Amino acid sequence: MKQLLSLVALWGLVGLYSVNAQDKNNDGKALFGDMTARHIGPALMSGRINDMEVHPTNSRIIYAGTAGGGVWKSNDAGSTFNPIFDDYCQSIGAVALDPNDPDNTIYVGTGETWTRNSVSLGDGLYKSIDGGANWKKLGFDKSERIANIIVNPKNANEVYVAVLGALWGDSEERGVYKSLDAGETWKKLLYVNPKTGCADLIMDPIDPNVLYASMWEFRRTGWSFESGGDNSALYKSTDGGATWNKIHNGFPSGKLGRLGIAVAPSNPKVLYTVIEAEKDERKGLYRSDDAGNSWKQLNNDFGITVRPFYFSRIVVDPRDENVIVKGGLSGSISRDGGKTFKALGNMHSDIHDIAFSIKDSDIMYVGTDGGVYRSWDGGTNMEIVENLPLSQFYHISVDNETPYNVYGGLQDNGSWYGPSSSPGGVAARDWNSVGYGDGFRVLKHPTKNIIYSEMQGAENVWRIDVDRNLTKTIQPLPSKGIAKLRFNWNTPMAISAHQPDRFYMGSQFLHKSEDMGDTWKIISPDLTTNDPTKQAQEDSGGLSKDNSGAENHTTIFTIAESPLDGDVIWVGTDDGNVQVTQDGGKSWTNTVVNITGLPKNTWTYHIEASVFDKGTAYAVFEGHTQNDMHPYTYKTTDFGKTWKSIITADVVGIVRNIQEDYVNPDLLFLGTEFGLYITMDGGKNWKKFTNNMPSVAVHYIELQKETNDLVMGTHGRGVIIIDDISPLREINEEVLNKNVHFFASKPTVIHEESSFSGNFGTETQFVGRNKTKDAQIKYFLKKRHTFGKMNMEIQDMEGNTVIELGPGKSKGINIVNWNGKIKQPKIAKGKTFSFGGFTSPSVPAGSYKAVMTKGKETFEHTFELIYDTNSPLTAEEREFKNKTTMKMYDMTQELAYLVYELDEMITKSELDKNSKMAGKLIDLKETLVITTGDNYVGSAEPQLREKMADLYSKLADNYDKPTSSEVENLSIIAEKFEAAKLDFIKLKKKFKTKEPLDIMTFEEFLEHN
Amino acid sequence: MKTLKLCIAILAITCIAPLSAQTADEILDNYFENIGGLDKLKSVEGIKMVAKVNQQGMEIPLEILQFSDGKQMTIINFQGKEIKQGVFDGETLWSHNFMTMKPEKSDAEATANFKLNSNDFPDSFIDYKEKGYTVELLGNETIDGTETFKIKLTKEPITVDGKKEEDVSFYYFDTENFVPIAVQSEVKSGQAKGMVQEVTFSDYQEVDGLYFPFSMTQGVKGQPGSPLTIESIVLNPTVEESSFTFPEVMAVEEK
Repeated sequence: MKQLLSLVALWGLVGLYSVNAQDKNNDGKALFGDMTARHIGPALMSGRINDMEVHPTNSRIIYAGTAGGGVWKSNDAGSTFNPIFDDYCQSIGAVALDPNDPDNTIYVGTGETWTRNSVSLGDGLYKSIDGGANWKKLGFDKSERIANIIVNPKNANEVYVAVLGALWGDSEERGVYKSLDAGETWKKLLYVNPKTGCADLIMDPIDPNVLYASMWEFRRTGWSFESGGDNSALYKSTDGGATWNKIHNGFPSGKLGRLGIAVAPSNPKVLYTVIEAEKDERKGLYRSDDAGNSWKQLNNDFGITVRPFYFSRIVVDPRDENVIVKGGLSGSISRDGGKTFKALGNMHSDIHDIAFSIKDSDIMYVGTDGGVYRSWDGGTNMEIVENLPLSQFYHISVDNETPYNVYGGLQDNGSWYGPSSSPGGVAARDWNSVGYGDGFRVLKHPTKNIIYSEMQGAENVWRIDVDRNLTKTIQPLPSKGIAKLRFNWNTPMAISAHQPDRFYMGSQFLHKSEDMGDTWKIISPDLTTNDPTKQAQEDSGGLSKDNSGAENHTTIFTIAESPLDGDVIWVGTDDGNVQVTQDGGKSWTNTVVNITGLPKNTWTYHIEASVFDKGTAYAVFEGHTQNDMHPYTYKTTDFGKTWKSIITADVVGIVRNIQEDYVNPDLLFLGTEFGLYITMDGGKNWKKFTNNMPSVAVHYIELQKETNDLVMGTHGRGVIIIDDISPLREINEEVLNKNVHFFASKPTVIHEESSFSGNFGTETQFVGRNKTKDAQIKYFLKKRHTFGKMNMEIQDMEGNTVIELGPGKSKGINIVNWNGKIKQPKIAKGKTFSFGGFTSPSVPAGSYKAVMTKGKETFEHTFELIYDTNSPLTAEEREFKNKTTMKMYDMTQELAYLVYELDEMITKSELDKNSKMAGKLIDLKETLVITTGDNYVGSAEPQLREKMADLYSKLADNYDKPTSSEVENLSIIAEKFEAAKLDFIKLKKKFKTKEPLDIMTFEEFLEHN
Repeated sequence: MKTLKLCIAILAITCIAPLSAQTADEILDNYFENIGGLDKLKSVEGIKMVAKVNQQGMEIPLEILQFSDGKQMTIINFQGKEIKQGVFDGETLWSHNFMTMKPEKSDAEATANFKLNSNDFPDSFIDYKEKGYTVELLGNETIDGTETFKIKLTKEPITVDGKKEEDVSFYYFDTENFVPIAVQSEVKSGQAKGMVQEVTFSDYQEVDGLYFPFSMTQGVKGQPGSPLTIESIVLNPTVEESSFTFPEVMAVEEK
């Protein structure tokens, strides 16, 4: 039975080179400056986790390798996580720490390994030697998916990598690799054929020369999945990978599928494998008690055998060889060595990996399709990590509310909408669920408070009456004389810019409804290739049937009605057609034949109908299901008669979406597998946008018209927004050659709203940053300002300084925020703080100038502040409010000066030993400011300062005009102050001293700290 | 003519080439040279910076004092009251409590970590080898739109919640004039633990023959930061020794 395989021949040295985080040619960092992306999640359903890793000696440190959202590290035993891999491919297969240097040396293998239909792609192996602050690429560019990385615990230079490899085609970059120089060079040790990769690799915990590798034969196409074959097998090596033997004694006969393998850390003789076999009764968990010499089948429950391609991880308790956990739909745990299992506690379904705490096996970290869960009681109860915004959007859309909402559907996590900004930030509680299953498009009715959403394969398409909370399903149904409808897993739907109630859906036909989906009409022939060889969904899966509908093919994938003409409709299909009608569906033309340089049947992923011209459209194509990872983007200006490629070598990664600007036709945004690219010259040059924007797969982009916010649905990092892209419309050669250029800005509405946003309970939650409500001064600098003074102040139109601001100094676009407030008033010095005195009043609406001084040069930019048109105040009332507030502001400063003078006189009389005078001055002071107590519960009775400042801040903070009682209160305070001033003048007359007092003037006092 | 152009191009390339082959020490030498000279910098015994930050419309005046023997403090002025923060007398680290305005000692770990930086005045990179620090040039990176050299500085390990951790920061030196324009480091404790904080520097200006940045912006990397504007810098200021000492009396009347 010991069949020796000599697989030594392949000394394929994988080329080693290091890459910078950015390629200089397409680096947007020199231009985009202060334009930064903000993330709004959501994190409440989190996203798919591929691999969990614990630090071997520090129980506080946990890593999560995610399917589409990068690598996250926890420093607090899993309470919260932070991303550490944003500049690189976000699809992660494996994270491994070097046990010899676990604080610093981390290896990351990219490319998720649980190969569902919607998986992303990896681009190689990375290493950090400083705890994740910096990364170096170690090659494996074509590996696509890396399943395991193992560093010899006794020798940091010895590293093994298991490459699962390409999912969608043949590849020789697969199998088990070894490095003897900590990753610099690699040798391929175990390789079977171009279709078979290494799905799991483990090392004996005692003897690092003993390795076990599971090889898996697998393949996906756009319309099928096949797991298993003659080449799947479990191998063992006892010589550090030089030679490998199959260890199948006790295995089922025939073809094998995906095998998981685990060794008990506490007893290296005990091995577990989970086997996908031809016969159902021979599938399941097998155990060996003799280090793989023989195997016994123990269990073939559903939880153990379900979907091996998705769940085959086995984890053994580091302290007990008989406690094992298996990934699965719910996850299973056995405490009798694998004979019987029970489900893990309630959590999101689809459990991919489990890690036990190094200190206590009651503590477990579990990676699911819905994030990371923690257990404190050995897997019985589970709690979710709340700050992992890993949501995987397939699509997003926006509405026109203020603030606008973002709608979208997620992989295995339903459909949602939530606000783009919310008091205190966009938190979990802000999101609303509007659909089950996998979610895709979610569209808001253009005029009514109605939302459309869907689940996979249009099994349900919901129409939700939001106001009445009423829901019905409206998907097109089979009708007489019409072929069976084929809906894509990710079925397209569209609304119309011309008829609010119009609604489109695509099967192989285009369906149109004029009554919000109540009745449907087919307005096209079969627009696909209708290739019957690509229509065998029910046969999909290989050794384990996997008929989820995910492989439905020859379907419509994208629909775009021209915003200029409702009779012009574009349709793209998953088998590569680009169809257009110019007469509302009476006749159709397949224009893909007019595209050159595009491989046949390349998936038409998105068509964008231009807002500038009805004959103009953009189409992006995506060939990864044909093992083609090139970017394809084309533009037509003549209804598809001719197409021109607008992609350049700047763009890396397959393209999924394009968004046209509404103002500048040359400004385009491209969503790719590895991030966002922007062109400002119609596609001649593309720049990667990297400011707080991870290299994440961007599946869908929308531009919100009112705000000019670019909203992205990412497949792994939730919704990411770049606020107001309007400066990019002005970027051209002329601007780029100016030393300073101020960008035009719309008038800013003075922010008067307020809210009570208690953030209780959000300590460990992800909360998305809001869009600023400040006025923003935006300018371009040709060169960073590093030497010499550079200031900015806001002035009124008469040139009076309103406030000083700290301007940005970056090369590229700078953004300075101003909240429309002046400096807080100078407050009389007391024993404690006057909290009212920390209030800054808003300036009135009107024109203001930003005056920037840079060295000897001065630059000016005028901008407008306006009042909210919804405000209930009249212009007269506003003037009254501003005048009254400023009256109090001035009074507060006047009091501050009086107290200052008083303090100087007190000091002087004490110096002069004039205790009588000092006593009188102190008596007066005690009526003006608090002279005892503290700032909390030890506070003293408020005096004039406190009363004055409190009324001032009440007036400044209230949106409303001063009320009669406030005016009355003001007059009481003013009277008291007048009386105090008189008292002060009297005392001043009596105040006698030899040398005159050296006192600042009022103006000097205001300037003085 | 064409040949001439080619020759010039080749010459230009060969001239530029050595620049990219900088070592960390060469960059630091250039830096010290460009800001006024290492000897001059070493002769500085103390520094006083008068600055202000603007937080949501509230302008807060600050005074920052640092001395070569490790003593330092920041004085914040609120409504005429001086609040001292981060006061270090060489042994004790203390601050005023904002509620009571009374002095309170920092915890032992923070104090011990702070003390490790006593030898960093006026610049961590001075005699870094003697201090047991390591410096490594990691390559070039674009910061603030500008090409920089990225230098990793590793200082003595610090203690975080009972565990020893490396004290690492990344400095970005402008390739044109060799001054740092940014520094990044991981936040080691508190709510932001694990995030990367960034401080950028600009408005370098001369003070008694030495150049100092008069503008800094501090925040979390990738998010808008808050600017700190320095109004004046005084070298070797005189300060009462006693103002650094932790006042043992519980009720302290502040002037």
